[in-house]
Amino acid sequence: MLEVTNLTRAFGHGAAAHTAIEAVSLSVAHGELVSIVGPSGCGKSTLLRCIAGLIAPTGGRVVLRGVPVHDVPDGLAVVLQDYGRSLYPWLTVRDNVALPLRRTLRGRAARRTAADASLAAVALAGVGDKYPWQLSGGMQQRVAIARALACDPALLLMDEPFGSVDAQTREDLEDLVLRVRRERDITILLVTHDIDESVYVGDRVIVLTPGPGRVRADLPVRLPESRDQIITKELPDFVRLRTEVSRLVRSRDTRAVS
Amino acid sequence: MSHTTVTGGAAPGGTTRAATRARRPARALPWARGAAGVVVFLLLAEAAGRLGVISRSALPLTSAVLARAVLLAGNGRFLADLGATVEAWAAGMAITVAAGVPLGLLLGALPGVRVATRAIVEFLRPIPSVALILLVSLLLGPGLRMSATLIVYGAIWPVLYNTIAGIDDVDPVAKETHRAFGFSRLDTIRMVSLPSAAPFIATGIRLASAVAIILDIATGYVTGPINGPGIGAYIAQQSSGTSDLTVILAATFWAGILGLALDLLLTGAQRRLLRWHHTRLGETG
Ligand SMILES: Nc1ncnc2c1ncn2[C@@H]1O[C@H](COP(=O)(O)OP(=O)(O)O)[C@@H](O)[C@H]1O
Ligand SMILES: [Mg+2]
Repeated sequence: MLEVTNLTRAFGHGAAAHTAIEAVSLSVAHGELVSIVGPSGCGKSTLLRCIAGLIAPTGGRVVLRGVPVHDVPDGLAVVLQDYGRSLYPWLTVRDNVALPLRRTLRGRAARRTAADASLAAVALAGVGDKYPWQLSGGMQQRVAIARALACDPALLLMDEPFGSVDAQTREDLEDLVLRVRRERDITILLVTHDIDESVYVGDRVIVLTPGPGRVRADLPVRLPESRDQIITKELPDFVRLRTEVSRLVRSRDTRAVS
Repeated sequence: MSHTTVTGGAAPGGTTRAATRARRPARALPWARGAAGVVVFLLLAEAAGRLGVISRSALPLTSAVLARAVLLAGNGRFLADLGATVEAWAAGMAITVAAGVPLGLLLGALPGVRVATRAIVEFLRPIPSVALILLVSLLLGPGLRMSATLIVYGAIWPVLYNTIAGIDDVDPVAKETHRAFGFSRLDTIRMVSLPSAAPFIATGIRLASAVAIILDIATGYVTGPINGPGIGAYIAQQSSGTSDLTVILAATFWAGILGLALDLLLTGAQRRLLRWHHTRLGETG
C-alpha cells in the first residue's frame, strides 16, 4: 500500500540547514493501522506531510499504491495536529464535513446527505447545523475525523489527533478509530507521542529517534483483535510492549534495533 | 504600510464587539448615551449663540441651521446634489472593491509580487487624491468618471491593505488541511483564504466608504458645479455667492447624516454576511 524509502527532509540551506527526518524507510500493508511514536520535535509531522505530498522530501521517495507521490495523491485524507484550526469557523459543521466532497461529489443535496451520514458514523448526528466553535474539543475532533472519512479515503493520516482533549475523550476517540478501521476498507497511519496510545490502537508501532528522526524500531503488536481500554491495558503483552516502546523512546541511543 | 494594516487588523475585533453588544438586551444604552451627547452639544452651541458668547455671524444658531436643514430636505435641487453624491460614492466603491479585493488577494498570496511592487505602491499611496483633482480633470474631463477615479485612488488603499492583512492572517493549518484534500492552490484561495479574510476586508470597505464620501465632496467643492451636481458643488456654490453660513452648515449636516447612513448600511450588510464571525466573538469574547 505505502512504501517509504530513505526519506530525508531538511529545512534551510547551508550551515543553517536542519535535518528533520533522515533516511526513514517503512512500509504499510493494505488495511493496517500503524502507529508512529517519537518524542516531540523528532520529525513526526514532517514525515506525515511528506507522505501526504504537502511538502517535497529532500531525499528518498514515497510510493503510494505503486505510484510515486509528488503532489497530494487521490484517496488521501488527513487529520492534522490542531483540529481547532483545521475546521472552518465560517461553515457549519455539516458544511465543514461536506467541503472535501466538492471535488468528488456533484450536487449540494448529495453532499449534505453524505456529510450527515459521516457525522452519524462518529456519533454526531444532530449537530450539523451548529458551528464548530460551538462544540467541545472532543466533538470538534470527531468533526475533523468525520470530514476525513466523508470522502472515503483509502489512506488516512492522523497527526497527534487526540493531543488536546481530556483523558476520557481521548479513550473514546481511540475506540472510534479502532471501530472505523474495523468497519471500513481503510489504511491508517497514526502519529502520536503517547506510548500507551501507540500500542493500544496499533497493529505495529514504529519508534522514531529524537531529531533527526530515523526509524529506531518497528515492533508488531501481538494483542487480540478486539481491544478494550481496561482489559487490553492489563494484558501482560500490552504491558511488556509499552515498556519496551517507552524504553526506546527515552533512550539516547539512535541505532536501529530489529 | 504597517500603520494602515494595524488599524485594519485591530478593527474587525473592535467593530464586531460593538456589534454584538448592540444585539444584547442592554443595547439601548450606548446609543442613548451617544444621542444625549449630541443633544447636549447642540444645546450648548445654541445657548452660546443666544447668550452672545459666540457671535451669530461666526456661528449661526443651532436652531436656525436645523430649520434650514429641514427646508433643504424639501429642496429638489439639493436632493439631486445629494443623489449625485450617493451615485458617485456607489460607483467609486463598486470599482474600489472590484479592484482592491482581487489585487489584495494577489499580493497577499504571492509575496514575491508584493515585494516587487512595494516601491511603486509606497510612492503612489501618500499622494492625496485631492492633489490629483486638477490632473484628473484635465485627463478625463469633469463628470462622474472623474469623481469615481479620484474616489478609487483614495479609497482603494484600506481595501487593499486590509485584504493583504486578512490573507496574512489565514491559519496555515486551515490552508494545509484544504490542500491535503486535493484542492488546487487557487481553490484554497477561493474557499479558505477569501472567507477567512472576509472580516478584515469588510473593515477595509467601511474605512474606504468614509474616504469615498470625503473625496467626492472635496472634489465637488474644488471643481464647483462644472463637475456636475453633488453636495460639494452645492456647498461651493453657496459659499461663492452670498456666503450664507447657515445653509452651508445645513448642507454639511446632511453630508454628515449621509456618511452615517452609508456606514450603517455597510455595517448592517457586514453583520448579515459575516454572522458567523460576530456570533463567535460574542460567545468567546
Ligand atoms: N517548516 C519548517 N521550517 C523549518 N523547520 C521546521 C519546519 N517544520 C518542522 N521543522 C523542524 O523540524 C523538526 C521536526 O518537526 P516536526 O516534524 O514538527 O516534529 P514533531 O511533529 O515530531 O514534533 C523540528 O526541529 C522543527 O523545528
Ligand atoms: Mg508534530
